[in-house]
Amino acid sequence: MIKNIMRLVVASAIAVFAAPIFADGHGCKISARVSIVGNEFPAIHAVADGAKVCKGSEVKANLTADHQKINVAGMSGNPAEYTSAIIANSSIVALMNNDVIRPLDDLVAKHGKGLKKNQLITINGKVMAVAFMANAQHLVYRSDILEKAGISAPKTYEEMLAGAKIIKDKGLMDYPLGGAYKAGWNLAQEFTNMYIGHGGEFFKSGSAEVSINNAKGVATLEMLKALSAYMNPDFLTHDSNATSAEWKAGNVAMMNMWGSRMGPLMDPEQSTPTVVKTTTLGDPMTVGGGSTPATTLWWDGWTVAKNISDAEAEATFIAMMNGINPKRLDDKMMPLAVWLIEGFKPGPANVGVAAAARMNAIPYPMLPYQGLLHSALGSEIVDFMQGKEDAATALADVEAAYTAAAKEKGFLN
Amino acid sequence: MKHKTFFWFFLPTASAMLLFIALPIFSIVIQSLFTPHDAVIIVTENCDPFGCKQETTIDQEATRDLRKSEPLGKFVGLEIYKDRGHLAINEVKEIWIESNNFTEFKKNIGNLPFYRAMAFTLTFTFTVTPLMLVFGFIIALAVNSLHHNLKGLTIFFSLLPMIVSPLIGSLVLFWMIDSRGIIGEALQYVFEDPDLSLKASTGLTWVMLIVYGVWHAAPFSFVVFYAGLQTLPMDTIESAKIDGASRLQQVWYVVIPHLMPLITFVALMQLMDNFRVFEPIVGFSAEAHAQSLSWFIFNDLGGETRLLSSAATSSVLTIIGVSILLFPVLIRTWRDFNEKSAK
Repeated sequence: MIKNIMRLVVASAIAVFAAPIFADGHGCKISARVSIVGNEFPAIHAVADGAKVCKGSEVKANLTADHQKINVAGMSGNPAEYTSAIIANSSIVALMNNDVIRPLDDLVAKHGKGLKKNQLITINGKVMAVAFMANAQHLVYRSDILEKAGISAPKTYEEMLAGAKIIKDKGLMDYPLGGAYKAGWNLAQEFTNMYIGHGGEFFKSGSAEVSINNAKGVATLEMLKALSAYMNPDFLTHDSNATSAEWKAGNVAMMNMWGSRMGPLMDPEQSTPTVVKTTTLGDPMTVGGGSTPATTLWWDGWTVAKNISDAEAEATFIAMMNGINPKRLDDKMMPLAVWLIEGFKPGPANVGVAAAARMNAIPYPMLPYQGLLHSALGSEIVDFMQGKEDAATALADVEAAYTAAAKEKGFLN
Repeated sequence: MKHKTFFWFFLPTASAMLLFIALPIFSIVIQSLFTPHDAVIIVTENCDPFGCKQETTIDQEATRDLRKSEPLGKFVGLEIYKDRGHLAINEVKEIWIESNNFTEFKKNIGNLPFYRAMAFTLTFTFTVTPLMLVFGFIIALAVNSLHHNLKGLTIFFSLLPMIVSPLIGSLVLFWMIDSRGIIGEALQYVFEDPDLSLKASTGLTWVMLIVYGVWHAAPFSFVVFYAGLQTLPMDTIESAKIDGASRLQQVWYVVIPHLMPLITFVALMQLMDNFRVFEPIVGFSAEAHAQSLSWFIFNDLGGETRLLSSAATSSVLTIIGVSILLFPVLIRTWRDFNEKSAK
């Protein structure tokens, strides 16, 4: 199943030579307003910029790390404020649950020339989103520091821990590890990665009943805490942006980080010269002797709002198609992500995500109640990370918090 | 005033209050009593770039019918108030039975979100409010005794913390107290502890938030007290001086009693504001250590799956909390008012 992405990488390489004819950016004409809401990182900016090229009507984009706090509300009204939300496999669930996005089958048939089948996110037979990039977290390390410490790139989290100890003992760095461990969404994501790496299942099969308070859950928490001992003591306030800043400043030797964040780390304009030269991408790590990498596969894509006129929906579709027009994949845009667009050539900043796909990493679950568990994890495992309670209590708290929320939302009785 | 005149005078205020205060409160109370309908879940085949698989999703059509017939959702009464995210009635009972002593009870209660938030909120409210009153008063006295050429400039600078929007103010301080920031590094140097981090310890985070709260709110009490000082009866002060009262005695026996109504007013406003502490928690990314009811509302509205009933419940609890806090002050004001009108 995940071989698809590899096939796609190869297919994309071939496609470069057989570049099909697409509508030019200058030829993009729209006749109704377009308003985009989405996350804030370079690849998303590139797509939104492509949509903004369109002439004929206004194209607005509100790109913010808080996009999930506003997209449902901004699309619930009639007419909706946002005509398109750029989302990922986790956040499409909220839009689906609230019934604010429209099926795209007719628009795909009319304007979707050049989209590949695996770009179409199909739910119950209907196209609900168009994916344009793949993402995953994976290892990134500083080759110079690892060389000085005399260690090789870790394949497992256990090796990472051992390596961190050596780097610290040799006095090379005070806090050799990094990671987006900010209390809330980020920390919950790290738990999700590590729990999947341990082979854990989040729910009793076929139900919304949570089951993470088990040996695998405890092992997951213990590993997260062991890693955090080698991180900047402020780690519970560090999101991906803050962690990237630490990396660019040369304070970190190894971390598990998003593929979409690699470009800036290796950009001489944004980072320090030694760091740029020695930043090296690795495969996602495994943990606890498992073979499934402790990471999740993600896609990012765009949707079209339900509560807007058909003209606006069509304009939005055309503008967003222009955002992911293969002709826009130039030297600047190419390294920003693992694009699912025709003509993508994987570069040095993309090998980590490709490795995640090759190693059969598991996609982040697209379940209606996964978000509730994610929120519960984000707030309830914090006490454990601070050493205020033991792992089993923390997991019991997560289960209790999730159950209360799932009852309220009508997933459990 | 005639009743009719009074009615027409009061009508605009009354309708504004009804529209902007009473209706929203009524709305959240109603919303807190209902939850979304039971989700109709189906298993469908979903495809993404990584392949197709059988997954659970919500049956939109069936759910839409349910929503249409009963748009408010499912009536649950006080269930949400009693659940673990709020008053956690059952959990508290269990903890009460299982705990051997009060310390254990306190520790276990602190594990429940509502009580954890209350512990911080009340500590914050009852340290920031008196401190900001004291600081505001001292600044007002100091500025008032300055030469009048200096006053304008000093007042401007003293007001700065209030002019800066709370979120920006806390973000600026957040980076300064970072373990690599200017204040963070300075503290590490002073205490000779290179691992010292204000953000990593719950106690220090609370201190930091309280210091920020006082810094931000003191200008408000300063400006009110300063205005009050301009109305000081000079003859009373002079007769106090003639009677040989020291500066401190003048302040204690003349100035403070004169400003008492203003002190009550500022205390009221601040109790209310501090109970709703929110911006500093977000600005300082302090949610790992300190939470408040307002932060819960923000969090419920922000997650991938929004918890609207829970947010409404937290809002009602905030209103109840504010009312309880203000009750003693209101009673006092009422009594004063009655005494005055009796004379």
